[in-house]
Amino acid sequence: MDAADIKNLKATELRLGLPGTHLEENNVISEEKSSSSLTPVLNNNKRPLQLPADEETSPANKDSGSKCSNKNSDDDAAPPPSKAKIVGWPPIRSYRKNSLQEQSEAAGGIYVKVSMDGAPYLRKIDLKVYGGYPQLLKALENMFKLTIGEYSEKEGYKGSDYAPTYEDKDGDWMLVGDVPWDMFVTSCKRLRIMKGSEARGLGCAV
Amino acid sequence: MNYFPDEVIEHIFEYVVSHRDRNALSLVCKSWYRIERCTREKVFIGNCYSITPERLIQRFPALKSLTLKGKPHFADFSLVPHGWGGFVYPWIEALAKGKVGLEELRLKRMVVSDDSLELLSRAFPNFRSLVLVSCEEFTTDGLAAIAANCKSLRELDLQENEVDDHKGQWLSCFPDSCTSLVSLNFACLKGEINVGVLERLVARSPNLKSLRLNRSVPLDALQRILTRAPQLVDLGVGSYVQDPATETFVKLMNTMHKCKSITSLSGFLEVTPRCLTAMYVICPNLTSLNLSYAAGIPGSDLIKLIRHCKKLQRLWIMDSIGDKGLGVVANTCKELQELRVFPSDNIGHHAAVTEKGLVAISMGCPKLHSLLYFCHQMTNAALITVAKNCPNFIRFRLAILDATKPDPDTNQPLDEGFGAIVQSCRRLRRLSLSGQLTDKVFLYIGMYAEQLEMLSIAFAGESDKGMLYVLNGCKKLRKLEIRDCPFGDTALLTDIGKYETMRSLWMSSCEVTVGACKVLAKKMPRLNVEIFNENETADCELEDEQKVEKMYLYRTLAGKRKDAPEYVWTL
Repeated sequence: MDAADIKNLKATELRLGLPGTHLEENNVISEEKSSSSLTPVLNNNKRPLQLPADEETSPANKDSGSKCSNKNSDDDAAPPPSKAKIVGWPPIRSYRKNSLQEQSEAAGGIYVKVSMDGAPYLRKIDLKVYGGYPQLLKALENMFKLTIGEYSEKEGYKGSDYAPTYEDKDGDWMLVGDVPWDMFVTSCKRLRIMKGSEARGLGCAV
Repeated sequence: MNYFPDEVIEHIFEYVVSHRDRNALSLVCKSWYRIERCTREKVFIGNCYSITPERLIQRFPALKSLTLKGKPHFADFSLVPHGWGGFVYPWIEALAKGKVGLEELRLKRMVVSDDSLELLSRAFPNFRSLVLVSCEEFTTDGLAAIAANCKSLRELDLQENEVDDHKGQWLSCFPDSCTSLVSLNFACLKGEINVGVLERLVARSPNLKSLRLNRSVPLDALQRILTRAPQLVDLGVGSYVQDPATETFVKLMNTMHKCKSITSLSGFLEVTPRCLTAMYVICPNLTSLNLSYAAGIPGSDLIKLIRHCKKLQRLWIMDSIGDKGLGVVANTCKELQELRVFPSDNIGHHAAVTEKGLVAISMGCPKLHSLLYFCHQMTNAALITVAKNCPNFIRFRLAILDATKPDPDTNQPLDEGFGAIVQSCRRLRRLSLSGQLTDKVFLYIGMYAEQLEMLSIAFAGESDKGMLYVLNGCKKLRKLEIRDCPFGDTALLTDIGKYETMRSLWMSSCEVTVGACKVLAKKMPRLNVEIFNENETADCELEDEQKVEKMYLYRTLAGKRKDAPEYVWTL
């Protein structure tokens, strides 16, 4: 429905009111952004507003007697009420807020150290953040600027100089990818990206 | 009708159920008023301070079911200081004294002490249904009293209450003889419950249709419970953590095949996303899905689940579903009537929702009539499109996370967008605004929102005219709540008669002065005008020129209330 249709609909609308009285509106539904003068509604049982007839209602207008902080859109960007927390905004029930906060606190992160052979210092990552092995491997590739390649049960990470391994709860060094992700996340104590001959050695030992 | 004996009229009135219709009946003539009041069993009181319990009992001696609401709506967002009021004890006490045959009690935003629950459980032998929404102060001790003493309890429904867990065994207090439970919802309880006791309770409740568990109930217990209650219609899952490679999970998958009656699913307060596959078998039957507390389900898994939910009518979800996910909802859930999208805690999360998601929904879901949408941004163009696509909105609540954000494409306020909504949706009853807004939006609301009953405004408007457009134009307005807007004394005082036609008005951090409130209170004796200035008590002198921090006024037949705390002045 465009603006014309809506105007026509309004004309055929049944309403209680003296015939001949109707609204004067300038492109209410149009996407005109400029201020338009509007004759206020003075009919249909609505009590008259004490307003001058052609009030400009531009967004940048500041009436005397009203204090509008942050309303001047002629400025470069209306400064929002401090980005710092506003009490009660966004309007979420405090029960919901507290509940989700508790959930995320209880969840916590599963941070493990990641070492790479030859790197001067270790990194730490939160295993909870990743949905599965592909994301984890991608993250490691990004973090250490290397290619790990694809996992295969038979040959480990073939075609790559690197093999991601982890130390499990028993203290054994395991190849990343053998067990289901959930099991991995709960049993992984630390990660080590093995390089070169050692990496290939691990793959061949199967 | 006047020649019919009373019994006939009574019988006819039995078919008139809604509160509004019954209120209308009572206004027709004296004899209808008399018959109506003697036969009315259900009463709804939107503001517990609008009337005294004694007067209620006097008018409706046959009262069986009572709904009470206490604190103003903005109390949900921590805007009402602690201790303001809304105590249910005096009501229960009066009902007990009046020997009312109370069977059902529904409370929202009220202060419910353990003593009141204790009294409730003992004073009404036929009591069968307790629903508490957003209430506080009670503990599991109070629940124990309800469980132990209400011999024919059918419904115990706790929604989003802050409950102190006293580590008692409240669930064990249901006697073995209690077999009448139809609905049990304790999802909001934080503490442990005895899983064995729960399973036995479920086993002896053949009529149980609705069960919502809390986080302490693990997946294996869920599986056993579902085996005992395949007749469930509404399920709230507590903890849903399991390694999918285990036998327990396989058992659950099989059990779900038997749960063909489940049409409403919620919870997943802790979750292993890969285990959601067990739910796919019931998804095609779901009409209601509430995953708004399932923070552990990433967007991709939400989407996978929803693809199976073709019959969905109500969806509550977190914004981790993203605009793309809402597109999937739009393509899948053609019967969708109500949508709520809540913000997740991940600030800066890229998959959050914007106007694009809402537009997609409006295109795919023509039956949509209720919306609560938290988003990062909104545009006028999007709102105009939504208005065209969905003219049937009854409730439209938009909460942009940056409260005064303009249309990011044009840098304009959102006046035109909301204007389109109110002009297109002639049946709109509830509206919440956000984003950068001038007085113009209120002009539109006053002009077009003829059915509007509740309006929530924050950080909007430029002058008193804004508020006046609304008060003048919205004839059916019942509740108006305003925060942080430049509306002052002129707006407040121009049409004071209006407030007696409304339930309540809330104004906080506006430009209203104490003097104006005093004038209003003096002229309108049937309004309670309460102001709270937080750091002061009743000892301090209130100066007329002082700006009021918070004002809450409501019509009442009960006069000034006696339980107001120190920081509340009733003028």
